[in-house]
Amino acid sequence: MSHPANAALFLKDQSRAKWHDETLWIVRQKRDLTIHQIPEWEQLRDLASQIKEHTLSKLDFYLEELERNATANGIKVHWAENAAEHNEIIGRIIDEKNCTAIVKSKSILTEECHLNPFLEAKGIEVVDTDLGERIIQFLKQPPSHIVMPAIHLKKSDISDIFHEKLQTEKGNIDPVYLTQAARLHLREKFLQAKVAITGVNFGVAETGEFVVCTNEGNADMGVHIADTHIACMGIEKLIPRRKDLGIFLRLLARSATGQSITNYNSHFRSPAPGKELHLILVNNGRTKQLGREKFRNSLKCIRCGACMNTCPIYRRSGGFSYGSTVPGPIGSILSPGIDLKKYSTLPFASTLCGSCSDVCPVKINIHEQLYEWRQEITKAQGTSAKGIAMKLANGLFQSPLAYRLSGKAMRASLKNLPNSVIYNPLNVWGKSRDLPPVPTETFKEWYKKNKK
Amino acid sequence: MQSNIPHIGLFIPCYIDQFYPNVAIATLELLEKLGCKVTYPLGQTCCGQPMANAGFEIETKGTTEKFIKDFAEFDYIVAPSGSCVLHIKEHQPHLKKLAKNQQYVQSKIFELSEFITDVLRIESIEGSFPHKIGFHSSCHGLRGLRLASDTERNDKEYNKVHQLMKELKGMEWVELTRKDECCGFGGTFSVTEEAVSVQMGKDRIADHMDKGVEIIVGGDMSCLMHMQGITIRDKENVQLMHFAEVLNQALS
Repeated sequence: MSHPANAALFLKDQSRAKWHDETLWIVRQKRDLTIHQIPEWEQLRDLASQIKEHTLSKLDFYLEELERNATANGIKVHWAENAAEHNEIIGRIIDEKNCTAIVKSKSILTEECHLNPFLEAKGIEVVDTDLGERIIQFLKQPPSHIVMPAIHLKKSDISDIFHEKLQTEKGNIDPVYLTQAARLHLREKFLQAKVAITGVNFGVAETGEFVVCTNEGNADMGVHIADTHIACMGIEKLIPRRKDLGIFLRLLARSATGQSITNYNSHFRSPAPGKELHLILVNNGRTKQLGREKFRNSLKCIRCGACMNTCPIYRRSGGFSYGSTVPGPIGSILSPGIDLKKYSTLPFASTLCGSCSDVCPVKINIHEQLYEWRQEITKAQGTSAKGIAMKLANGLFQSPLAYRLSGKAMRASLKNLPNSVIYNPLNVWGKSRDLPPVPTETFKEWYKKNKK
Repeated sequence: MQSNIPHIGLFIPCYIDQFYPNVAIATLELLEKLGCKVTYPLGQTCCGQPMANAGFEIETKGTTEKFIKDFAEFDYIVAPSGSCVLHIKEHQPHLKKLAKNQQYVQSKIFELSEFITDVLRIESIEGSFPHKIGFHSSCHGLRGLRLASDTERNDKEYNKVHQLMKELKGMEWVELTRKDECCGFGGTFSVTEEAVSVQMGKDRIADHMDKGVEIIVGGDMSCLMHMQGITIRDKENVQLMHFAEVLNQALS
């Protein structure tokens, strides 16, 4: 997995890449407009960050409080140490219900745990009911964005997919027409499913309830029709009190899409009579991340996706270039914690411009953590060509004479060598950029002559 | 020299020394015109940022030690680069045996525009610069040193370079569509992620060109070097200048 190679491939289709960049930039602009209508925006970010900080510092305490209160409400609480346990718990419940088809509302956690292939291997039909998720499910693709999973596709792409899968008119790209076709198709799936799976945006320790935020209402449709609702929650999605939602719900939608609030913020507290409600609390590496001091507060993430929309690299390389469940800046600080080697290029897929940290509604210092991961990765890689170069550079900059001589040699060669030698294929800088014109003297030389 | 005149240690980043001596000369002359006593310690080399950002902060101990020794004797350290100043402040490896001096250097180092506005307390520079300019806000200065408000946060709007330039006669400051997007330089990023880096640079330049900008002005030559590399290659009719050159020229 190499981000630079994937990114270069993405940029080959220039007009599509430009469209991708501009589409996400519009989302970023919508976000900017709405946050400027909230004078206390920065205060809200501070509060949210502090609440998450506090919660993470007492995670065990609040998780047990959630379990206690949820159980008292009639919710069946399960603990999953890893993805496999998470999938097995769900598999078991589905088996008990003799169920062969389930509906699922977007949950990045189930993506992270690779639930779909697990269930499909058991012969269970899984239908993702979020429109974007359903589209990419038709294509057997993972999401390219955590909030807008099909953002990499154009209307015309979707028209083609629906023509093939849902027999819509060829070439009809009218969004209303296409959405209507998806509605009819999904309605049928909703009516057949006895089990519905959702993610969780916020688990509330104080009340033992959880909150699911969607725009399409598909989560509600699924769970209200099904007899059994299974909710999957990463253990960091916790807040202490219900009133904390007043802060987080204001931040979430504005950061994600520029809406003032998500269309549906559904609270699930206890099962309806005769129905079952399960809550699976999933670790899958989160406590490990909690133990890493420099990277701990990546667990504050509420999965709004704002850092993706703002990231100039994400916009120009697409979600798939990251090769991880969560792409973009936040993914690049979460993924190395899961597999340092596999994701070793991700923390370098950034200019450290810091835009991600400044849009983050819970104030995660994303770009600083990218910098810290770089230090960890070079340490783990040990002696490398780049490492040796850097050691040499340190030696060079430690010695003024060596610095002067090498600078002189470099400048002399740039001046005297023909362009064909300077811009050889090994000079990556020079592929699309010239080197600066070489001045006759350095500042140091000038200073000695004129000021000493 | 009067004793109340601050003695400034001029820190000139290595690539400015080697490739852009005029920017260093402009910085020196500007500070002198503003009444400062300026010394350029001749032994200085590099701050260590390129290595640290590539993941080798640990390998910059020698460079850091040298930097602290070169600059600990001055009242202030001033550099025409937000990026290098941010590195000194936040990413130098901590050196135990030089802890006191390191802390001193980190608290007394300033990027040029913030030194003029915040330490010298100069409201704006008077002079003339009859050109249409677009300003490139370099990320490390912008979001690291907070030299201006950014579009991400809900803060009161300000920009220290704009503050200094706003009174210049004949100058037109153009509003960009993407006011503060990164140019894609990013140190070793410019080579390791060449494709994205170049695309970002092209997009940034296009924003200026669309507005009919004559000169792209910035505060970090590294960003400008990257963009200049593209404008020369693509034969774009636009100049690039450091704001130190603009202010020094306007003042004379």
